[in-house]
Amino acid sequence: MEDTIAAISTALGVGAISIIRVSGTEALEIVHKIFKGPDVRQVPSHTIHYGHIIDNEEIVDEVLVSVMRAPRTFTVEDVVEINAHGGIATTNRILELLLSQGCRLAEPGEFTKRAFLNGRIDLTQAEGVMDLIEAKTEKARTLAVQQLDGKVSELIKNLRQKILEILANIEVNIDYPEYEDIVEFTNEMLCPNLEMVKKEIHRILKESENGKIIREGIKTVIIGKPNVGKSSLLNALLNEDKAIVTDIEGTTRDTVEGIVRLDGIILHMIDTAGIRETTDVVERIGVNKSIELMKQADLVLFVLNNHDELTEEELELLKEIESKNHILIINKQDLENHLDLTELEGHPCIKMSISEKFGLEELKAKIKEIFQLEKIEMEDMTYLTSARSISLLKQALTSLEEVEQGLHQQLPMDMLEIDLKNIWNKLGEIIGETYEEELIDQLFSQFCLGK
Amino acid sequence: MKYEVIVVGGGHAGCEASLASAKMGHSTLLLTGNIQNIADMPCNPSIGGSAKGIVVREIDALGGAMGMVADKAQIQMKMLNTTKGPAVQALRAQADKITYPKEMLKQLQTQKNLEIKEAMVEDLIVEEQKVCGVILEDGTKIESEVVILTTGTYLKSDILVGDTRHREGPHGEKPSNYLSEKLKDLGFKIIRLKTGTPQRIARNSVDFTQTKEEKGSEECYAFSFDTKPNYDIASQKPCYLIYTTPKTHEIIKQNLSKSSMYGGLDDIEGVGPRYCPSIEDKIVRFADKERHQLFLEPESLFYDDMYLQGFSTSMPHDIQEQMVHSLPGLEHAEITKYAYAIEYDAIYPTQLKQNLETKIIENLFTAGQINGTSGYEEAACQGLMAGINACLKIEQKEPFILKRNEAYIGVLIDDLVTKGVRDPYRLLTSRAEYRLLLRHDNADLRLREYGYKYHLINDQQYQYLQEKKKKIESALNDLKITMITPKKEVSAYLEKLETAPLRDRITLYDLLKRPEIKLADLECFLGYEVEEEIRKQIEIYIKYEGYIQKANKEAEKLNHLENKKIPENINYDQIKNLASEARQKLKEVCPTTVAQASRISGVNPADIAILLVYLKREYNHEHRGI
Repeated sequence: MEDTIAAISTALGVGAISIIRVSGTEALEIVHKIFKGPDVRQVPSHTIHYGHIIDNEEIVDEVLVSVMRAPRTFTVEDVVEINAHGGIATTNRILELLLSQGCRLAEPGEFTKRAFLNGRIDLTQAEGVMDLIEAKTEKARTLAVQQLDGKVSELIKNLRQKILEILANIEVNIDYPEYEDIVEFTNEMLCPNLEMVKKEIHRILKESENGKIIREGIKTVIIGKPNVGKSSLLNALLNEDKAIVTDIEGTTRDTVEGIVRLDGIILHMIDTAGIRETTDVVERIGVNKSIELMKQADLVLFVLNNHDELTEEELELLKEIESKNHILIINKQDLENHLDLTELEGHPCIKMSISEKFGLEELKAKIKEIFQLEKIEMEDMTYLTSARSISLLKQALTSLEEVEQGLHQQLPMDMLEIDLKNIWNKLGEIIGETYEEELIDQLFSQFCLGK
Repeated sequence: MKYEVIVVGGGHAGCEASLASAKMGHSTLLLTGNIQNIADMPCNPSIGGSAKGIVVREIDALGGAMGMVADKAQIQMKMLNTTKGPAVQALRAQADKITYPKEMLKQLQTQKNLEIKEAMVEDLIVEEQKVCGVILEDGTKIESEVVILTTGTYLKSDILVGDTRHREGPHGEKPSNYLSEKLKDLGFKIIRLKTGTPQRIARNSVDFTQTKEEKGSEECYAFSFDTKPNYDIASQKPCYLIYTTPKTHEIIKQNLSKSSMYGGLDDIEGVGPRYCPSIEDKIVRFADKERHQLFLEPESLFYDDMYLQGFSTSMPHDIQEQMVHSLPGLEHAEITKYAYAIEYDAIYPTQLKQNLETKIIENLFTAGQINGTSGYEEAACQGLMAGINACLKIEQKEPFILKRNEAYIGVLIDDLVTKGVRDPYRLLTSRAEYRLLLRHDNADLRLREYGYKYHLINDQQYQYLQEKKKKIESALNDLKITMITPKKEVSAYLEKLETAPLRDRITLYDLLKRPEIKLADLECFLGYEVEEEIRKQIEIYIKYEGYIQKANKEAEKLNHLENKKIPENINYDQIKNLASEARQKLKEVCPTTVAQASRISGVNPADIAILLVYLKREYNHEHRGI
């Protein structure tokens, strides 16, 4: 029984569409769990289906799914290809979903390897496969380990050591049950340790999600007084991208007005509609509303009118904005300057004339600069490996929950240890440590045993 | 004079090997230095224990003798880990050191096809890399088709006490001086290992009032599936627990340089076992420990020695006297045998195939301590496997290899031949990745079919196994189809069992999943009583179903690679993309399956991928399908 593998098979964030390929005996079953549309387990082979990738109830992307059943496929196994709308964020999120549902991230060249092993490609290509595996697998693995943030890796190491000590204690209790000086490790003693490990894993998950922006996009809000050009800016950004404008209720409490893609990074435009409608409302409400929106945003675009002087409300917002990633957009450059630019010193500024699409490129460049998107593009591998380590961490968490469940059922310690060992192994995979004798070494260095 | 099988050495490995081959119908000669010392227990007076006890059950399931003999020789039985899960429970016997060898000798002497001779083997007859017999000390040649070496610690063994070293086997027996040299000449890599044994104390010189009595189990147990456990629990012999004192530690610290291992001798090469350090090791390595636990264990009903477990040392005799007298209750103790360390030669075990045949010399098998293991049980199970495989070799049949998910024996042999050893290898439960499958209680269900296949289990035993299987199956089935509903009397009964009331109708199977419910509680609904042995199987099966299924699934994954064989004539130099460390390790170990290859340290998943592709390309027909 081979496991089911998944990988992104198009260059990340480059094309308009990216393809995530899944292959193996459980391919249909796993895709079924994250696909809202026709039941892929039931549809005929070699057909394409429209639907949505979902994470619980949340829609992640609108996709086309190709279903190809064994044996007439590239790998001679069941294969599903998910055609997503591109963008690093969405594509990675879909991959991550697949991994958390039980797929393993494919090693480089693994699809080709399976194709060969299953007799799909001929001998002349075999040499190439071996070169491919050699060139990429080692590199990918070392890369995966190297690219882990030093701090995260340190945290995981400490966590593993903590678990290892517990494991060694449990093992000694089993193998040397009559050593009365050795503490019997009980379920009660496990509880606080488990709680600590859980907290740490959650923390690491959070920390290792430094690619959060990439997966989840940048929540962006456009603020400014009425008629300053907010909606024009939004429309300019949207048109430029030819993106879908939808009213998607996210899991977050925000109403998302539209999605703008910037070189594969998603800008979620938050509730700009709310601001557009403040025209006939007291200005005070407009300010409060803006401040409230800013709280949720990763990026604030504050549109000012070149032709007007700064209002009190605008000055107040300028102060509020300082703690946020923000860009001041001085619109209406085609009109005469009445704005006191000295008031704006120290703020990142872009001069635009939105109606004439002047300054749009500059704005995009500025956003990329603020979020260091250029750097992210250079290191495509990071996302893959972080999808890998995040899925491993989540698997560790699943094992941890199983330990908790076992604790609840008052199962004996040696049963709980099975899942405890899994946590330890998964953490080891993340940092590339899988030395088998580790536990036995620990056993004999931690405890004094003998005949 | 020609035999089919010659077994060299009458220890625990040699006994099982020669019994197995004789039972399988092959004329067998067992050569031993001293018939009186056959199946001797030169160290601890116990058989079994954690993991090891399960091995004894496995030996018995396969048709070996150790379990049955231990049942006859036991003077105390203790089931360990009874408060823990079923996977880690294991039986240990304090075995009488007179009765055990006597009973084993009886087995050997009454076995058809088996002859026993006293002689020292000093050389092998080898023709074209194939062994054809042995040469004795006096030059006599005895021919055979296969030879099984089970020489224990007797290869160039040195006894070490303080600053003295003299060539001697355990119990003052004669060592084999030349055999390991001959093996070296044949091309074997020989390693030097070390182990030790503590003092024996005269029982009547001990003040037991200062000790804590440690009794056996309150229930009767047996190793053998054919023994009906029935003995008088009241007459079981206790062990006694004591602790070292600050004075003991002081004496050891002051005299450390006199220990062979700490400077007394400067030519120690042997690597001692991590799991049984000498008392001086313990005191040096765990300096902050205030006391160490020791056990006084009875050696026999027929003489008065007590084994002082935990006090193994290579100090000179006068220091040993001081050390022993510093212990509570042993102030006036008489030492009947001093502790010593022993250094001996062994074969580096990656030079063996999975069937325990050496890679260099065809038809030569090795088993036991010569392969770098430690322990009676580890030796016996290898002897049994080598005996079976030697016969299969003669019969030109497929070798018998136990997988890691089938038996601790499989774990042990795979570890040996795949990873080699650093120090004498002892089985631990943590070495088995599927220990939930490898339980004390189900060894017969796992392995008896094999024993029957190789004629080590008779028809009657086989019949009994089949009936047991049937009973388990039908009871499981009945539990699945019997429903109970939340009626008044049912609720009243459940309340009495202190379990939650039913909300809906439920099968007995699902009800049994509740931790507080026992099968016996539900038999009133089932309509019949289930035998205790069957009950146990069913309870384990149902209560740990989720975990067992998970383990089975993992094992299945492994078996997928286990079924991918690597041809013996594979040339790793031809596989150009292998990492050089992997290439070197693969050449050394010569794994027989891809799964085994994947367990070699230094062989990475990338190397396995490359190996798979290469196998597919070069040996297409043999490796179809994934």
